[in-house]
Amino acid sequence: MTGQIVMEAPPAHDAPDEAPAHRSATSHLRRLEAESIHILRETAAEFRKPVMLYSIGKDSSVLLHLAMKAFHPGKPPFPLLHVDTTWKFREMIAFRDRRAHELGLDLIVHTNDDGLRQGIDPFTHGSARYTDVMKTQALRQALDLHGFDAAIGGARRDEEKSRAKERVFSHRSAAHRWDPKNQRPELWSLYNTMLAPGEGMRVFPLSNWTELDVWDYILAENIPIVPLYLAASRPVVERDGALIMVDDDRMPLLAGEEPHMRSVRFRTLGCYPLSGATVSTAATLPEIVREMMASRTSERQGRMIDRDSPASMERKKAEGYF
Amino acid sequence: MSYHEAPTIAASDAPRLDQDDRPTLRFVTCGSVDDGKSTLVGRLLYDSKTLLDDQLDALASESKTAGTTGGDLDFALLVDGLQAEREQGITIDVAYRFFATKLRRFIVTDTPGHAQYTRNMATGASNAELAVVLVDARKGVITQTRRHSHILSLLGIRHVVLAVNKMDLIGFDGDRFAAITAEYLTMAGQLGISEVQCIPVVAPDGDNIVAPSTRMPWYTGPTVTAYLESVDVSGDVSQRPFRLPVQWVNRPNAEFRGFCGRIASGTIATGETIAVQPSGRRTRVARILSPGGERDRAAAGESVTLTLTDEIDVSRGDVLTAGAAPQVSDQLAAHLVWFDDEAMVAGRRYMLKCGTASTGAVITTLKHRIAIDTMAQESAATLDANQIGYAHLSLDRALVFETYRDNRDMGSFILIDPISHRTAAAGMIDVSLRRATNIHWQRLAVDKSVRARLKQQRPCVLWFTGLSGAGKSTIADLVDRRLAELGRHATLLDGDNLRHGINRDLGFSNADRAENVRRAAEIAALFVNAGMIALVALISPYRSEREQARQRVETGEFIEIHVATPLAECERRDPKGLYRKARAGELPAFTGIDDPYERPQAPEITIDTSELSTDAACERIIGYLRDNHYL
Repeated sequence: MTGQIVMEAPPAHDAPDEAPAHRSATSHLRRLEAESIHILRETAAEFRKPVMLYSIGKDSSVLLHLAMKAFHPGKPPFPLLHVDTTWKFREMIAFRDRRAHELGLDLIVHTNDDGLRQGIDPFTHGSARYTDVMKTQALRQALDLHGFDAAIGGARRDEEKSRAKERVFSHRSAAHRWDPKNQRPELWSLYNTMLAPGEGMRVFPLSNWTELDVWDYILAENIPIVPLYLAASRPVVERDGALIMVDDDRMPLLAGEEPHMRSVRFRTLGCYPLSGATVSTAATLPEIVREMMASRTSERQGRMIDRDSPASMERKKAEGYF
Repeated sequence: MSYHEAPTIAASDAPRLDQDDRPTLRFVTCGSVDDGKSTLVGRLLYDSKTLLDDQLDALASESKTAGTTGGDLDFALLVDGLQAEREQGITIDVAYRFFATKLRRFIVTDTPGHAQYTRNMATGASNAELAVVLVDARKGVITQTRRHSHILSLLGIRHVVLAVNKMDLIGFDGDRFAAITAEYLTMAGQLGISEVQCIPVVAPDGDNIVAPSTRMPWYTGPTVTAYLESVDVSGDVSQRPFRLPVQWVNRPNAEFRGFCGRIASGTIATGETIAVQPSGRRTRVARILSPGGERDRAAAGESVTLTLTDEIDVSRGDVLTAGAAPQVSDQLAAHLVWFDDEAMVAGRRYMLKCGTASTGAVITTLKHRIAIDTMAQESAATLDANQIGYAHLSLDRALVFETYRDNRDMGSFILIDPISHRTAAAGMIDVSLRRATNIHWQRLAVDKSVRARLKQQRPCVLWFTGLSGAGKSTIADLVDRRLAELGRHATLLDGDNLRHGINRDLGFSNADRAENVRRAAEIAALFVNAGMIALVALISPYRSEREQARQRVETGEFIEIHVATPLAECERRDPKGLYRKARAGELPAFTGIDDPYERPQAPEITIDTSELSTDAACERIIGYLRDNHYL
């Protein structure tokens, strides 16, 4: 390889101070915001019964904030849906209930009761089986149960390679399957929202945001996020090279494992047994953004489920995972 | 490598929401299979240090197992996302990638070079301001290069970087590069691509990607990155007249009525006069709500909510305008890029979506097709997937638009197949075919809503569809009488009766049957406009025809009632003896026997008279009308 790296790492916040005071129509975050709001309004206008998937994470927090703006001074004309595996961090659940109450929104919580009865858990059944039953199947159950024809999610194209090819309005068959080879072409801002009975649409208003955009926007708009994103002293064990937080006494400790208090934070949040923490002292939003800029690993590194098998995300998506 | 040195930022460097720190350039890459597009994009990502340690580790290990570069880093693997692509070693769908340099942010759309995937290239180009066209230095300008450049020009791309790749394989020959450049510039000139920058590169090695190549000292122009960072692609969309396609009417309570949408062009300020198109009614802007709060001015690209000083009728699909009037017409000419495997059919109805407006549309004539090798216009009756043509379209209702060259958002549309729901084509409006500019629908002082209030009813069409003998006319007749008892004003259009009068010139050929349905739909729409409830009882076996009838009236004004009596029961009843004749072969193409009946997929009401009495069926329909506030 003969390539020579000559560019400097991109400093994101070096805007000159003498920038014109009123440039809001063209600022990068404002453009992303305008595009996302356009997509949310299209969804509300074109579908019979849309729903917003609320996963409580930072992307969901941004999505919710945008939905509040899109329909201001009214409320978003769709409910929130949280697929609860019962293994989320306790702080996430508390945050979820508080936000829904504060904003006066309709929150639907769905758990796969069949999976619960079978006692599916991430420790004994492995992350692949567990994710399929408690997340993918649960989501499909909830969409069918309520007859939602469009589900709005916070996925971004920069997250992962198969996501990079996802449409903004992504068609799903009546069996909730994604067919990556038969996607509808998506031109300009014109979205084909036609569905046959039983079919559905997944809608991704944050498609063109990057992880850094999300943090910049959270900081600029002062959007509430789950405190787990900020560094604090938490009990963790090291397992398979990842730091797992012992959030309750359901986690079986292996021989030699002993929880230690360490200053950690999470870049992505999900089920606590599947969310790896990073050692960090970044306890404020500006510190997180600074750490992000310096980061040398991608956010999905902390996610156990992407590593099950090659192309595992693509396969999960085809089966109906978000 | 230096990218391990993390930048340091002061904690006070909070992002400034209303400042444009680094503008975003959206560009598309295109070229043939194996020209090295994915490698070029992967190289740009790599050199911009957008890649992170775990991604680099994954790249290194995948390059050894799946790479095509003998174990060296295979940059194409960064972009070729789908598993199938990795197996076949080609890109088969559009991928979006993000990177940034000190001066700009970039969204790059990587599009396939495979001939059958031209639609993806058009998709990528539709949201791009610039295109990077790759050619293999050994092959020069080939058919695919012409095809892609033609699509780029159709989609309004005016800036092109011609990256002549694999210069190492022709010994860094400057004369060969000059010859390819000259050939491409001639073609670009014919296509109206005004600005072309030709750059010789070796994508896997990075020559002239970020750093000037030491192996081609004869080239003194900018590198790919330097050019992308500095090129000025700004349009004048803010300088053009104000256009806001209404997306959503926000009515959270009786006090607030706001009209939401993203401004397609121009600027607007509170107090300014605007016109609502296509009605042409004028009013003024009272308030502007933006995501950043209430404002006195807003510009193109912003998603806003406007309130108006007068309470006038505005709904999704209307366009708020100021300054010069937009085009308003139901006849237009447009360039089409055909996507669907099902070929274009002149005379067939498609759904057309332009801005926030949707309407039925028929391609009346295909004026010509483009022979891609020569770019010559040739006559043709149809377009197959990936073919380009120029067509005249007739729309069900007048559309508010601009030509594509004047305004991308107001001049682009997609055609959707009403049965398969696939996106059949992309269209770029070239010209309005009717001199309708500035001529609006005659605004009558008494309109539909006034008449409807007089009648204390919401006008609508009750469209009874089903097999012959299913009970359509019997039920419709009872509903008609019941509505009269309730003091409502309705009328019944019965298929058989229409054939004695307005349709007596029609026979039973396919074309005549279609015309029979079309006329009934038009008449029903006139009654709705008069504030009445129109009951139509017609077999109307084809989905597309019923869909066409639905398009004749506004959303919510068409109630499809499927009288779903099973065929066996209809045949048992056979009130007119038609089934007997059909079975005897005396009535060819009889619906249900030897011609299909396409069941409604989502009728508002379904009635099976083998389970429900006529009275009960009537009550169910009246109940539906009450529940949904028609009565």
